[in-house]
Amino acid sequence: MNKRQIIHPYLRLSGLEPLVVRPETNFINIGERTNVTGSKKFARLIREGKYEEALSVARQQVENGAQILDVNMDDALLDSEKAMTTFLQLLAAEPDIARIPIMIDSSRFSVILAGLKCVQGKCIVNSISLKEGEEKFLEQARICQDFGAAVVVMAFDEQGQADTLERRVAICQRAYRLLTEKLDYAPQDIIFDPNVFAVATGIEEHNHYAVDFIEATRQIKQLMPLCKVSGGISNVSFSFRGNDVVREAMHAVFLYHAIRAGLDMGIVNAGAIPVYDEIPAELRERVEDVILDRRPDATERLMEYAEQVKAKGKQVLKDESWRKGTVQERLIHALVNGITDYIEQDVEEARLQYPRPLNVIEGPLMDGMNIVGDLFGSGKMFLPQVVKSARVMKKAVAVLLPYMEAEKAQLQLDGKQQDRQQGTGKIVMATVKGDVHDIGKNIVGVVLGCNGYEILDLGVMVPAEKILQTAREVQADAIGLSGLITPSLDEMVHVAQEMERQGFRIPLLIGGATTSRMHTAVKIAPAYSGGVVHVQDASKCVQVVSSLLNPASREDFLKSIREEYGQLRMNFESKKSVKPYISLQEARANKQRIEWSEYHPPVPRQLGVQVFAEYDLEELSHYIDWQPFFIAWELHGKFPQILDDPKVGESARRLYEDAQALLQQIVREKWLTARAVIGLFPAYAVDDDDVMVETPDGQVRLCFLRQQIKKAADQPNLCLADFIKPQSMLAPGETDYIGAFAVTAGIGIEKWIRHFEADHDDYHIIMLKALADRLAEAFAERMHERVRKEFWGYQPDEQLTNEQLIREEYVGIRPAPGYPACPDHTEKRKLFHLLNASKATGIQLTESLAMYPAASVCGWYFSHPESKYFGVGKILQDQVEDYARRKQMSLDEVTYWLRPQLQD
Amino acid sequence: MKSLHDCALERILIIDGAMGTMIQRHRLSEQDYRGQRFADYHRDVKGNNDLLNLTQPQIIRSIHEAYLEAGADIIETNTFSSTRIAQADYDMQELAYELNLAGARIAREAADAFTRRNPDRPRFVAGAIGPTNKTLSISPDVTNPGYRAVSFDEVAAAYEEQVRGLVEGGVDVLLIETIFDTLNAKAAIYAIRQYFRKTGRQPLPIMISVTITDASGRTLSGQTLEAFYISIMHARPFSVGLNCALGARQMGPYLEELSRLASCFVSVYPNAGLPNAFGEYDELPHDTAQAIEGFAREGWVNIVGGCCGTTPDHIREIARLVSSYPPRPLPEVAHTLQTADSMEA
Repeated sequence: MNKRQIIHPYLRLSGLEPLVVRPETNFINIGERTNVTGSKKFARLIREGKYEEALSVARQQVENGAQILDVNMDDALLDSEKAMTTFLQLLAAEPDIARIPIMIDSSRFSVILAGLKCVQGKCIVNSISLKEGEEKFLEQARICQDFGAAVVVMAFDEQGQADTLERRVAICQRAYRLLTEKLDYAPQDIIFDPNVFAVATGIEEHNHYAVDFIEATRQIKQLMPLCKVSGGISNVSFSFRGNDVVREAMHAVFLYHAIRAGLDMGIVNAGAIPVYDEIPAELRERVEDVILDRRPDATERLMEYAEQVKAKGKQVLKDESWRKGTVQERLIHALVNGITDYIEQDVEEARLQYPRPLNVIEGPLMDGMNIVGDLFGSGKMFLPQVVKSARVMKKAVAVLLPYMEAEKAQLQLDGKQQDRQQGTGKIVMATVKGDVHDIGKNIVGVVLGCNGYEILDLGVMVPAEKILQTAREVQADAIGLSGLITPSLDEMVHVAQEMERQGFRIPLLIGGATTSRMHTAVKIAPAYSGGVVHVQDASKCVQVVSSLLNPASREDFLKSIREEYGQLRMNFESKKSVKPYISLQEARANKQRIEWSEYHPPVPRQLGVQVFAEYDLEELSHYIDWQPFFIAWELHGKFPQILDDPKVGESARRLYEDAQALLQQIVREKWLTARAVIGLFPAYAVDDDDVMVETPDGQVRLCFLRQQIKKAADQPNLCLADFIKPQSMLAPGETDYIGAFAVTAGIGIEKWIRHFEADHDDYHIIMLKALADRLAEAFAERMHERVRKEFWGYQPDEQLTNEQLIREEYVGIRPAPGYPACPDHTEKRKLFHLLNASKATGIQLTESLAMYPAASVCGWYFSHPESKYFGVGKILQDQVEDYARRKQMSLDEVTYWLRPQLQD
Repeated sequence: MKSLHDCALERILIIDGAMGTMIQRHRLSEQDYRGQRFADYHRDVKGNNDLLNLTQPQIIRSIHEAYLEAGADIIETNTFSSTRIAQADYDMQELAYELNLAGARIAREAADAFTRRNPDRPRFVAGAIGPTNKTLSISPDVTNPGYRAVSFDEVAAAYEEQVRGLVEGGVDVLLIETIFDTLNAKAAIYAIRQYFRKTGRQPLPIMISVTITDASGRTLSGQTLEAFYISIMHARPFSVGLNCALGARQMGPYLEELSRLASCFVSVYPNAGLPNAFGEYDELPHDTAQAIEGFAREGWVNIVGGCCGTTPDHIREIARLVSSYPPRPLPEVAHTLQTADSMEA
């Protein structure tokens, strides 16, 4: 600390994280798609109030590399102040977006002011200008200063927008003097926008606009070196709208020259700027002629080119040129592109070239898979493509297998030593006891298999003893556990404890939708000393496994994991005391207030139980929510926008086409049988948290849990029983009602899984399971709709689109036992009893109360208009005891089932 | 008399310790809180510590004196929750201005008495401005992330009222502290700028102190320390620093980072360690002081003191241990981009 510290006058901005613009900082991309004037789609989403989806536009910008997010709500049909406020406040709750600074963009200062009041970080105001004179300019600048914002100053004055080089520079200088002298505005917080205008408009005076902008940038940076220069880049290509190839090339060329002149940042479609060097030479030359105004006929020449590009259109011909390569090249091409058409003949051809069949695997096939692994690892390939590659690999190996067996037999006959298996490592994988979900586990198995690991997949519902016994027998190098429902978390802890007790030393991998790094760190890792690692998803598994199985890196990797988990545990411990909880009594006193005296429960048109033995799959296919389907394949994003996503769109489109084809086949050929049972029963709430259901065979008490976290004022501590009219409020002869349902779309799936297994086709196995899941969810959606409109009939006139259904815009709810609003899985037993569901549908409950087939859904129906989905969250011991008493279960048993809900 | 700025250039200044911890020692009853004036008030007010500025001023004054006695150069007014928004919990929003005025006067008198005794060592009063109990960046309703329990304008207006009371009561500096949501702090900065612009008074220096809530190194509203600092730079603060939530030992890395970033003075006043299983702070004065001495040795600090759980004994020990170290020198603020061979910041 001897040398005196120097603080540099850099532009410093912040979202949740800092953005410091140093002299060596590259050009800064400002994301432009969250702009209602520039993006039709964003404008539509905002107008329709679809803010969730609007946020995904913002997220996409960030993912595509936007470093600042431009937000503009200037639309005549909008309450722009309100839209700006709503969007920015929602955005603040999305850490992956709020990470970067915001640019509040409006031509109306009232909208800017509304935005400034919502942003905690240091943002940029875009823009103010001298358009209405100095006084107004300084007044607005001072407000920006009061909020600590940097400010974009447009080259615009009382005479109008600057369109010559001289006026651009003069106006910026004048604004600079006013801001720094009158307001002491920090020069590094001033960003000039010297107006990007369209060129190649056919009007001669416009030809020089781009050159002038570039030159103005150079002069401004020389005269006021601390200031920054920005611009709306897409304006320059406005006359070529509709022709993205030319437009994007124009942007790239314009940026190339403007950045060299000192342009610091620009509003661009992050992700749609080609690399200057990669623009075809002819196009680049013609674009450059236009941008730099190099020849009088530049515009005509570029237009000619543009016509050509347009006329070509899209190529749909299947490209078969790769067939001309060597057999090695063809095998690699087939693997990387997931093409099975020629694999058998190519493998056979290769086999004849190599001395031994194993050489084909070790040679071209592994080369191809290594390329796949690298592309996946670097984010250039996505999961569905990898699984397709794996399918090609498996088919290739299947061709070689008989020859390898024959060779082995021959070696034995000759009395020669067999080769030792040269696998990189053996991994035993299983979905734990009581759980039937395995899509994620299968994906991880395929990905690891692609990377040369030997996978022993024990399937679903595997008891700890079987997993450990197998691991010992095959001398496994690691064990991987998967599970989806919450009781599986405890089963994983159990496996870890057993591994410890039995003296295992191999690492344990944990994965699955309900698992988390935190749970692994806090609960599983302490139970087993041989190393426990949580694997977030398939894309992470290769790196984890390779670090673990390589003796050189293993200890370091485990050590860093232990430290990381130790830190997580510490954070967890220190956080625990912070969240305040209230007693059950207090929580009940703060229940959802419903004006019951005014409310008369709607009477179902059809009471009792109804069975649907074979529901029309075609009807259900229209109710599919596709987004979770893509998530299952680790393609994250909103549907259908994901199909146009610049990064994963192509991959998503192909997956979607394959899924549609398989879905049609499932429907047409009745591969699966969909069965449902629903029931509507008289019911009323008692003792605050329970619901008594009347059935012909007597009463059933449903027990629900209540939130105990301390809520903000006016926020109730919810319990599902709050939505059923209490006994004490019922008028004579009146009663409320509750419904229950169980649906499955997985009857008959095993046969088809075996069919694909025989064909080494993991791609279709995973696809089929994922589609069955989607159909089951769609079935639940459809039955709920029919209950609202027909069977209970409390919303006979409802008219909702599938999107609205997915967004849960309907009246009433259908929470599922074991999920956040009613997290106790054991209530499923009552639900199955009420509906006689196993007999009616064939769905079985496992010991952990998972449903088999996995593609099944069950839940309760609540009709009250104020009923809503929520999470119970953590509960206190007083409620556990009370709950045990109400359920007439031992405290130990209740504690076992409610463990995820308990305070640690 | 020497200004606060001159004193801070000369030596490490001491700011006082916890007010709440000291008030608890008096074991005041509901009746004590009410005093005469609110004897018949329509709801319970026990726990409204700021109300004691009106009902038990002699207790507040004696706490200030204990800290001044222990060596504090700066004492904080007992006004942490004296905003219209925080006082609404007691239905006392109409008292906000009066609480600040009284709180500032009590501290002013106590400090002046000590300054008179030794004019070479002036004592200063910092007007404490807390975060309020509502957040502008975070929804209190998990199911509705866009919801806000309060608006920026409401928070700014409440702060402006608080600032008016504090300034009129005679504070030397305004201290925006225990910041867990930067937007609340920005509302306070906005209010201060508005207040001085409207009244034409000479603006007072602003001290800013943020709370890093846990080992994530972020504020409750999710900002990293540097992002936070950038967000409040426009206040051109007299000092920026850390307080509350963590003990001195947990604050080290953050303080180091802040000391590297800040162009102004740097302050730190940690809790007396982390709370024990009963939610009490039990770090001993010498332990807290030793950790802070480490910060002084590194050259990271200009102003040190204590937050929750610290007492005059802690402050005395802190003052004793840091007295032999020079303060962190103010960095040079460059005005051009060409500064060769400089330290990165």
